Amino acid sequence: MTFDHILIRLGEITVKGRNRGRFEAEMLKQVKHALRAFPGLTFIRTYGRLYIALGNEPYEPVADRLKDVFGISSFSPVKRVEPELQAIREGALAVMRSFPQREATFKVKVSRRWKGFPHDTMAMNHLVGAHVLRNMPNIKVDVRNPDIELNVEIQEHHAYVYCEVVPGAGGFPYGSNGKAVALLSGGIDSPVAIWMAMRKGLEIEAIHFHSYPFTSKEAQDKVVTLAKKLSHYAGKPFRLHLVPFTDIQTRLAQSKQDHLIITLMRRSMLRIAQQIAQRAGALAIVTGDSLGQVASQTLGSLNVIGRTSELPLLRPLIAMDKLEIIAMAKRIGTYETSILPYEDCCTLFVPKSPATNPNLRVVEHIERAIPELPEMIAKAVEETETMELVPDDSAHPVPSAPAVAEENDWF
Amino acid sequence: MSMQSMLYFDHSASSPPKAEVIRTVSEVMERIYANPSSLHQGGAEARKLLERAREQAGRLLDTDPSEWLFTSGGTESNNLAIFGAVRRYRNRGRHLIVSSVEHPSVAEPFRALEREGFRVTVLPVGPTGHVDPADVEAALTDETILVSVMHVNNEVGAVQPIAEIGKLLKDRPRTLLHVDGVQSVGKLPAPIREWGVDLFTISAHKFGGPRGAGWLYVRSGVELEPLVRGGGQEGGLRSGTENVPAIVGAAKALRLAIESQPEREERMRRLRRRLAEGVAAMPGVVLSGPREDDPRAPMAPHIVHFCCPGLKPEVIVHSLEELGVFVSTKSACSSKDDKPSAVLLAMGRDAACAASGIRISLGDEHDEAAVDALLERLEAVLRKLTPLRRKEERH
Repeated sequence: MTFDHILIRLGEITVKGRNRGRFEAEMLKQVKHALRAFPGLTFIRTYGRLYIALGNEPYEPVADRLKDVFGISSFSPVKRVEPELQAIREGALAVMRSFPQREATFKVKVSRRWKGFPHDTMAMNHLVGAHVLRNMPNIKVDVRNPDIELNVEIQEHHAYVYCEVVPGAGGFPYGSNGKAVALLSGGIDSPVAIWMAMRKGLEIEAIHFHSYPFTSKEAQDKVVTLAKKLSHYAGKPFRLHLVPFTDIQTRLAQSKQDHLIITLMRRSMLRIAQQIAQRAGALAIVTGDSLGQVASQTLGSLNVIGRTSELPLLRPLIAMDKLEIIAMAKRIGTYETSILPYEDCCTLFVPKSPATNPNLRVVEHIERAIPELPEMIAKAVEETETMELVPDDSAHPVPSAPAVAEENDWF
Repeated sequence: MSMQSMLYFDHSASSPPKAEVIRTVSEVMERIYANPSSLHQGGAEARKLLERAREQAGRLLDTDPSEWLFTSGGTESNNLAIFGAVRRYRNRGRHLIVSSVEHPSVAEPFRALEREGFRVTVLPVGPTGHVDPADVEAALTDETILVSVMHVNNEVGAVQPIAEIGKLLKDRPRTLLHVDGVQSVGKLPAPIREWGVDLFTISAHKFGGPRGAGWLYVRSGVELEPLVRGGGQEGGLRSGTENVPAIVGAAKALRLAIESQPEREERMRRLRRRLAEGVAAMPGVVLSGPREDDPRAPMAPHIVHFCCPGLKPEVIVHSLEELGVFVSTKSACSSKDDKPSAVLLAMGRDAACAASGIRISLGDEHDEAAVDALLERLEAVLRKLTPLRRKEERH
């Protein structure tokens, strides 16, 4: 094995000034948690960097898992050597020899972080490069457009040699920027919006509105599956609130304002989300709105709907195109579940021509004509079921009858 | 004498269900009685179990869950594979290839298709019951739409060269390969995907699962014409309310069988060697298949087969039964008739030999002591019966 360590570069958290130490400690904790399946690893934290000694663990599966950890801007498989010339030269040669192609161009890039190292950067570039050239006759130097960039990073206690820089997920460590609630419908957009909010360091509690029996249990299972997928990125149990929305929805439908029903529903949903957010200590509501995508996402609709919320509404997808959103959904692994054909509560009672520019005064007037609405909203919040989900198969508490343990036993 | 006190050596006919499987079947039967097609929560629970059972098959055999159909067992899976594929792809050609040592649930569908006008090439086998891949190659034509060769022969235990046959068909996407894996699952590795198999049959009761449950693997992209039409269950390929308890029990049995396959194979090979050596040493006995392990004629680890020319096999079966041992003549399905075994005739045995076959098949409960007890009783039976052998057939 040529590479014995992984060098992890932390992303935006390095611009964090005084809070930096706290962020780095949190990052280390989350990386360790994400890699808990690999007991052979040891973790080393230094200024703005994390190193993982692979020990006897294989690189590829560790790297695969690292790609999903928020707060990592990039990482590299590295070879660690003693910080002295001969060891660095041998290490550099070993790294170059690990490449399968026989003919390639390369350049050396030395970063001399330990200023006490006897040779300066220019001299080191030459000393290392010459050693590789002498020993590998088919390798040539190309400083402008090399196939391989051979990096040498010299620190006081060790030097590191590497060629590959793997992009990480970026963002901030999960939860390091506070907590928000997020609306999770089961469609393609909302899981992507939640993932983007999570990547920005927001801890998320998801809220799903169901209209059983108008929506099926499968629709709910689908949302649970999506939440489990998102919990993989959270690295800790992920909360899903299931709000019974049937009564409100049927009551709103009775006002016979077909073209405004979606507007009315969304306003009630935001009111419920706000109350759940207050209970959870969350300071924002994340939605999957993308400007102009459907009638409820025109600027006019966003205005009339958004006014119900005092908390900031975060809309990570607002300026994205549908195709970009789909590509992201595929990348984060939620697409296949999202396209399962179960109706959610917004696709029920959908009028032929929903309002694209609802009138705020009319909407408020309709709502005033339902004096029991605040009470119904409070009741929905009260009857909300909360699940904690983790990536594997278990969910607590499970709403369906045979206990999971028993069911597992059957197989 | 009760079944429990018998030495049971007929696992290839049917195996004792495992205690965990019985528990699963009974609990699921009690609790999950709703129809998986029902919309209510009861139906959803039943449906969920079916999909878990499907995922389990997919995972254990390194295939996609969507490639597995639940059936009532080996016979149905074989019929669906053969008739289903041939009727779907009859426009591609009218030629079929099948080995001469298949189970009746494969052989008979091919005979029926021959009567319908398809041209069928029946592959010969060598003296140990093995198909020669060169014969498959020679038989292939541009008209060939289906080749069916079993993995392990149910009578003598010959392991057929599926990997080689799969290779021959690799560049022939229009020729499908069906493999009857009823006797092999849990005893030998079955790398279905690696082999390039298009259709693969499994029966649950051969490895401790419930009767009336089996699978057909249908490689993604292969289409079948259904045999049983109705409510459209199993993607329309096998209508009829799913037998949820049996399917879940079968999934459990499959996991137990496949997870312990390597150690089972090793243990059974050891026992088989002991058994084959013991049987071969007895007078008037002709062992089917090689006496030593021979890589050119691989045999399944759990089957020993031999002939006692001049003796009626049912007399041996009943005599052993009196001593507390259950074995089989030919395969259980055809053991009631008196005719010589088609498999043994195909292997070139004479009529006297082919009409006197005995099959011993091993299970997880057997150990050296059980094998020795069987050998001792078999020897006693043969000693008693040998003087009664029919003269004209005495060697």
